[in-house]
Amino acid sequence: MLTLYGTQLASRLLLGTARYPSPAIMEAAIRASGTEIVTVSLRRETAGGGRGGQFFETIRALGVHVLPNTAGCHTSKEAILTARMARDLFATDWVKLEVIGHHDTLQPDVFALVEAARELCADGFKVFPYTTADLVVAEKLLEAGCQVLMPGASPIGSARGLVDPAALVSVRAHFPDVPLIVDAGLGRPSHAAQAMELGYDAVLLNTAVAGAADPVAMARAFASAIDAGHAGYRAGLLEPRDMAVPSTPVIGKAVFA
Amino acid sequence: MKLIINGEEQQIEASTLSALLSALDYEGDWLATALNGDLVPRTERAQTALNDGDRIEILAPKQGG
Repeated sequence: MLTLYGTQLASRLLLGTARYPSPAIMEAAIRASGTEIVTVSLRRETAGGGRGGQFFETIRALGVHVLPNTAGCHTSKEAILTARMARDLFATDWVKLEVIGHHDTLQPDVFALVEAARELCADGFKVFPYTTADLVVAEKLLEAGCQVLMPGASPIGSARGLVDPAALVSVRAHFPDVPLIVDAGLGRPSHAAQAMELGYDAVLLNTAVAGAADPVAMARAFASAIDAGHAGYRAGLLEPRDMAVPSTPVIGKAVFA
Repeated sequence: MKLIINGEEQQIEASTLSALLSALDYEGDWLATALNGDLVPRTERAQTALNDGDRIEILAPKQGG
C-alpha cells in the first residue's frame, strides 16, 4: 500500500482530469485507470455559469480523492491564494503546488516553490510539490514541511519520458523514506514502468492518457505498466552486464566433435 | 459602484459579496471567492462588504493536470 499524508492507497497512479475528448471519456478513463487521486484546478467562472460545478459533481460521484493544483501560478503569492481558495472550495488540505518559472518549459520556480510550500505547510496544508530532481531543493521542501516530493520526468505535456533517469535515481537514493511521485512528462506506459522500476512510489500523468487515441484503453495500459514496474522493483532487478552470460548451463553439454 | 470582477471592470451595486454573486446569477455551491487578493471563505461572503474599486475573483472547479 502507498501512504500519502496518512492516506492509504492501493493505486499508484494519480491522474489528471484535463484535455479529454469529452466528460464521459474522462469519467471512463478515471474508472479504467483504477486511480484513487485525481487532480483538478480552479479557474474563473462566468456569471450564471455553473459548468464548473457540473464538472465537479462528476468527479465527486467517482468517489476518488481530489488533489487541487495551482497550475499556471507564477508567483508564490498567487499559488498560496489559489491553494487557500481550493481548500475552501474542495474541503481538502491537499494541494499540488506548482509555481511556474519558465513560460516555454513550464519548469518550476523552485525558489518561489519553497517559499510557498513553507507558508502553506505552516498553514496546515498537505503539500504535493511539483519540483525538479535537484537534491538541495528537495531538502528545502522537506524542511518546509512537505512529506511528499514530485520531481518532473521532462517538461509538462512533452511525452518525452525520463530524460534524466540518473537524477531521479539520486533523489530516490537520498530520500529512501519519502514518498516520491514522478510528475509530468510521461508519454508512454513504458515511461511509467521505468519510473516505478527506479523505486518511485507513484506517477502522476494526464496528457498521455487524455491525448491518446483511446484514453480509456490507455488508462488501463498505464495502470498495468505501473503495477508491472512496481512489482519488478520489489522483486529486485538484475543489473546490466557488459558481456554475455549464458542462461543455459554449460555443464553437461554433449560434445559431438 | 465600480468593481473589477474576474479582471473585468463592471458598474454594479452590491453591498456584500454574497449579494454580488446573487446579482450576477452565480449559482450552486461550487465557487471560491477572493477580495483584493485575499480568500473570502464561503461562510464569510454575506458579511463581506464591498467598496468602490474592489477586485473580486470568482473561481470554480475546472479540469486540471
